[in-house]
Amino acid sequence: MTERHLFVYWTGFTIILVLLAAAPLALPEFWQRFMTEILIWGLLAMSSDILIGYTGMVSFGHSAFFGLGMYGAAAALVTTRPPSLWLAFAYGLILAAAVAAFVAYFSTRLRDIYFAITTLIFSQIFYVIIFTSTSLTGGENGINFRRPALAIPGLFSIRFTPAVMHWFVLGVVVLSYLLLRRITQSPFGMVLQSIRENEARTRAVGYAVERYKIAAVMLSGLFAGLAGVLYAIQNQFAAPDFVFFLVSGEVVIYNVIGGIGTLVGPVVGAAFFLLLREAFSRFFTEYYLIPLGVIFIAMVIFMPRGLLGFARRWLNR
Amino acid sequence: MEIPLDQILIQTINGVVTGMILALVASGLTLIFGIMDVVNFAHGELFMLGAYVGVLTLSATGNFWVALLVASLAITLLGALIYLTTLRPLIGRDPLTTILATFGVSLVLQNYALWQFGPVARKIQEPITGHFQLFYLDYPWYRLAIAGLAAAIIGALWLFLKFGTYGIWIRATTQDRVMAQAMGIPVPWVLTTVFAIGSGMAAASGVLFGPLVGVNSQMGTSWVLRAFIVVVVGGMGSLSGSIAAAIFVSLLEAYASLWVSPAQAVIVSFVVLILTLLFRPTGLFVPTPK
Repeated sequence: MTERHLFVYWTGFTIILVLLAAAPLALPEFWQRFMTEILIWGLLAMSSDILIGYTGMVSFGHSAFFGLGMYGAAAALVTTRPPSLWLAFAYGLILAAAVAAFVAYFSTRLRDIYFAITTLIFSQIFYVIIFTSTSLTGGENGINFRRPALAIPGLFSIRFTPAVMHWFVLGVVVLSYLLLRRITQSPFGMVLQSIRENEARTRAVGYAVERYKIAAVMLSGLFAGLAGVLYAIQNQFAAPDFVFFLVSGEVVIYNVIGGIGTLVGPVVGAAFFLLLREAFSRFFTEYYLIPLGVIFIAMVIFMPRGLLGFARRWLNR
Repeated sequence: MEIPLDQILIQTINGVVTGMILALVASGLTLIFGIMDVVNFAHGELFMLGAYVGVLTLSATGNFWVALLVASLAITLLGALIYLTTLRPLIGRDPLTTILATFGVSLVLQNYALWQFGPVARKIQEPITGHFQLFYLDYPWYRLAIAGLAAAIIGALWLFLKFGTYGIWIRATTQDRVMAQAMGIPVPWVLTTVFAIGSGMAAASGVLFGPLVGVNSQMGTSWVLRAFIVVVVGGMGSLSGSIAAAIFVSLLEAYASLWVSPAQAVIVSFVVLILTLLFRPTGLFVPTPK
């Protein structure tokens, strides 16, 4: 932790933050929304990096936490008049956390491939429940609702324009990043990383590995739920497609492309993936996943550390 | 709620028929899973592509059995190709990377099928059209024929593993890869063959199952999930365990759909999987490891 490293890190951080904050002023509306989406998906991928990159558990069930955050926000926005932004956050986070606690309790008893399969199956259970409870969730059609205003009662109230939405999401994502970074550098985060490196030895040293794993899944699920709430507010709907396991698969793809164990890598991965998707969908229309899939396979084989893998140690100092 | 006995019997037969097809899909998967530590996410897509090749051959030749054969052979080759290009470079890495690579393969294949064949489901004409009276239903003979055929293919696989030279090599490689290599068994080729055989079996089940539901590009996804459940519940790499688990899970789902919609009945198999993983992670249908 040298002076120079700190200086370079925070300068880079500030420059990127300023660029991201200034983006809505320079970009047309379509690209403003696009950047906001990247940030939201990036937050989701970042949350799963806590598991994949830091604890060494690959979750194929993050769509469940994301989707439940989404439906929690939807529940708050549909039932309360006028719709309250903060209530949407509260409902979404509580729902995501509850689901994460449930999934964590069972899935953390298993390791490696079995953990991945169990989380996948859990997310499919929630998918089927949401898909078939038509009266409550609207089934296949999902739920539409109005976007709440950004307001603190009695103080101010601003309507969400795309630019305001972008700044709001940017604020949430940056705060989450700083918080997660702090957590990964805390003693708790160090234990998670030692579980990744050598689980048996961590247990032998005297840490209650299971409890740390449960806490890691819950932490990760909570931030995934936060991303779900943001996505619901951004797009004003909740749909079962977002609970389907293909979303979890895409989240893992973002992580692998961007570089696991870096927190910012998954955001870069999401940006890279979504930009490529945008570019390919111009040429290949809805079949963009063919070239993207090929690129992904090639990256798994030839570039397992991802785009930011080279900076992994530096980013975690 | 009282369920009449005839409905329970009908669901039993339905469950066994679906279970046999599921067993055919899963036995390919369990070979690949048990021998190579490869979690093949693309297995459902091989099932789906097999069904499509079946559709094409059927419309070209008009003969279902030729279509079954051609589809199996074509997908066997495709499986070998996939193995050589994407999985062989990953040997020796974390098994989780194989999930990622085959997930990529499955995305590519699924979208390729959508692009090539369009979103409209294709129909395979069933080769046996007769019905017989089962209580108040006209039950198609074809469904029973599928169960028999699936059993025959699995039986052939078992004989091959038991007595064929390559089959013995495959079993040796399962037990100890390094030792097998030391004994002069061409392990890389054994692995390729296993993947190819598993793919061919997926394709055969796709063609057999095609007449029941119609063929579309999404059909693989639900099958691969169920096949995974079966492989884990049955015990990793155990062929007989997978077959028992396939029938067990399908029967449970069939009975559950007496009470709830078939879409909700799949939750039963999810729950079976989770309970298995929690209380008997080595599998329900294998002897307790010492």
